[in-house]
Amino acid sequence: MPAPASTSSETPASRSIATGPDALGRFGAFGGRFVPETLMDSLNQLAEAYEEAKADPEFVRELEYYWRDYVGRPSPLYRAERLSKFAGGAEIYLKREDLNHTGAHKINNAIGQVMIARRMGKKRVIAETGAGQHGVATATACALFGLSCTIYMGEEDIRRQKLNVFNMRTMGATVVPVGSGSKTLRDACNEAFRDWMGSSRETHYTIGSVVGPHPFPLIVREFQSVIGREARAQVLEKAGRLPDAVVACVGGGSNAAGIFYPFINDADVELIGAEAGGRGGKPGDHAASLTQGAPGVLHGSYSYVLQDDDGQTQDVHSISAGLDYPGVGPEHAYWKDLGRVRYESVTDAEALDAYAAVARHEGILPALESSHALAQGFKEAARLGPGKILIVNLSGRGDKDAFEVARLRGEPIH
Amino acid sequence: MNRIDALFARLKSEDRRALMPFLTAGDPDLATTAALIPELARRGADVFEIGIPYSDPVADGPVIAASFHRALVQGVRVAHVFQTLRALRAEKDATVGETPMVAMVSYSIVNKIGVDGFLDDAAAAGLDGLIVPDLPVEESTPLAEKAGRRDLKLIQLITPATPRPRAAEIARLATGFIYYVSVAGTTGERKALPEDLKENVAWLRTQTELPICIGFGIGSPSQVRELAEVADGLIVGSALIRRLADAANRARADVVKEAGDFVGDLAAALRPGP
Ligand SMILES: Cc1ncc(COP(=O)(O)O)c(C=O)c1O
Repeated sequence: MPAPASTSSETPASRSIATGPDALGRFGAFGGRFVPETLMDSLNQLAEAYEEAKADPEFVRELEYYWRDYVGRPSPLYRAERLSKFAGGAEIYLKREDLNHTGAHKINNAIGQVMIARRMGKKRVIAETGAGQHGVATATACALFGLSCTIYMGEEDIRRQKLNVFNMRTMGATVVPVGSGSKTLRDACNEAFRDWMGSSRETHYTIGSVVGPHPFPLIVREFQSVIGREARAQVLEKAGRLPDAVVACVGGGSNAAGIFYPFINDADVELIGAEAGGRGGKPGDHAASLTQGAPGVLHGSYSYVLQDDDGQTQDVHSISAGLDYPGVGPEHAYWKDLGRVRYESVTDAEALDAYAAVARHEGILPALESSHALAQGFKEAARLGPGKILIVNLSGRGDKDAFEVARLRGEPIH
Repeated sequence: MNRIDALFARLKSEDRRALMPFLTAGDPDLATTAALIPELARRGADVFEIGIPYSDPVADGPVIAASFHRALVQGVRVAHVFQTLRALRAEKDATVGETPMVAMVSYSIVNKIGVDGFLDDAAAAGLDGLIVPDLPVEESTPLAEKAGRRDLKLIQLITPATPRPRAAEIARLATGFIYYVSVAGTTGERKALPEDLKENVAWLRTQTELPICIGFGIGSPSQVRELAEVADGLIVGSALIRRLADAANRARADVVKEAGDFVGDLAAALRPGP
């Protein structure tokens, strides 16, 4: 959401990089709207409703109320001393999105979008989910506001994230298993779009990341920017200066966009995105769209994607269901090409090691998605060295991953 | 003259409507596609909509999505589709000879192959136009210009969810014919079509000189007959593709004959009754 007037002065006035999207939804060359005509009017209406909401002080006030009293914002910026010692170098601060209600950053966006759906008079909300965190966040917001909720989720993700499936159903959502294609996030997105093709008159599609056609990448980035606005103010207060680097994991890219955006014009703050490097560099073994993909069109926007030379989407793999996606938000593509953000890939094994290390050294169980950011954070901390400050976005907690990690360790929980 | 323009000019003089079956290129395999096209042309197909299989077709319902999937797991590639079409045109089979063919293709594919290269190959394959269902008018100007230079029509879609001022603007930019989508939703047969369908098409006719073809949801001779009152052409996709779903396990001749019989029934429904 736009910063309320009182805090917007915290971000630099220069908008050199923090521009866009333009009227066509373009961030530089990226973004746009590559969707069937059937959806165009709904997207136009959504863009309009969003602009109205953001200009309405009552909407902003209500959103901030729910963020504070319901989600528990601001989330702490925690100085992780033992972890810093373990990593050996820069001082590591963790932005504790894992402490939000529902356990991840996804709720920031879900509440905002469901409030917009309500304003638009929509009675029903649909969403796709990978790890289930966005599904849970959307089911939560729908329970809170009394809207009907349907979540599309790949069968493979239903298997590896069953706790979230159970919780969504408990809150009254219908979880629809998607058995087509790779049975993961990309297929869940396809089904959600198909539903919306026929239902958009009464249904809002709460997309879960900074992906999809305009205005979704804008709306989600704005709602998630609360992370970066808080982190920027908190680090200034705690350390008395801006950080040297900020690291976040990148699936679709929403927690990363949310923490990066308020720092984007702080040229001295390095921004680093960690993608899923999976089990290796071969097509099908990773989900690293920015570091291994090329510009292309997927799910309504032009961005970096993993495709074969015919434009067919490639299969992807990540241990983390929330990063297991062949595309990425267009604003990241823009930042990458500008050289403003550096993107790196982190393997399954590195993420699992980071998961274990943070558990042992801090008593925090991170989500497997966030474990990718932590693994990259350790490398950056060592590179930066003592006296430097690094913020890692701890986008979510790992409860949901206990089953899968146990299975991978050969000690399945039944 | 572009074959699409020629066809609709001829049909207009004969007071006939075009029957436009949709086929997925390469489902169950390209040899069957190559056998289906001349047979369906012989049985009354006037235009072919050739679906180039795509991995993530969000505008398609389960029948066509599954058909694309079957083609892709066969290893069908765009170059193979173009080869097959080019060979059909080269056969100089009197039935296929001048029958217009339009490709239905995702912009993901066009963009990846490269707009110029894709259009050159499409024109060389004997295609007459393109339907790019995920390229709204806002994004379509560069493709439309480049297609126009090769005498390929870029067919635009208008749907029940398109507000009228926008529909008028789309109609102004369209070439070849207008694809009026009968229902707000994905492809797939529907028992009942929207009540205001005919009224909406009649309104659209006041906005354009182009032929108007109706597609999505149409699957029976009676629907075809009814919509012939207002449309210049009828597009039938899922109802035909459904009949090919288990084609891989059957003799090709049987598959082709059954599809031919179905298209024959649809064509008969379009002929003026006794
Ligand atoms: C905890 C957590 N972090 C990160 C992600 C990845 O999404 P994004 O890149 O949009 O932040 C997810 C998605 O499910 C998630 O649950």
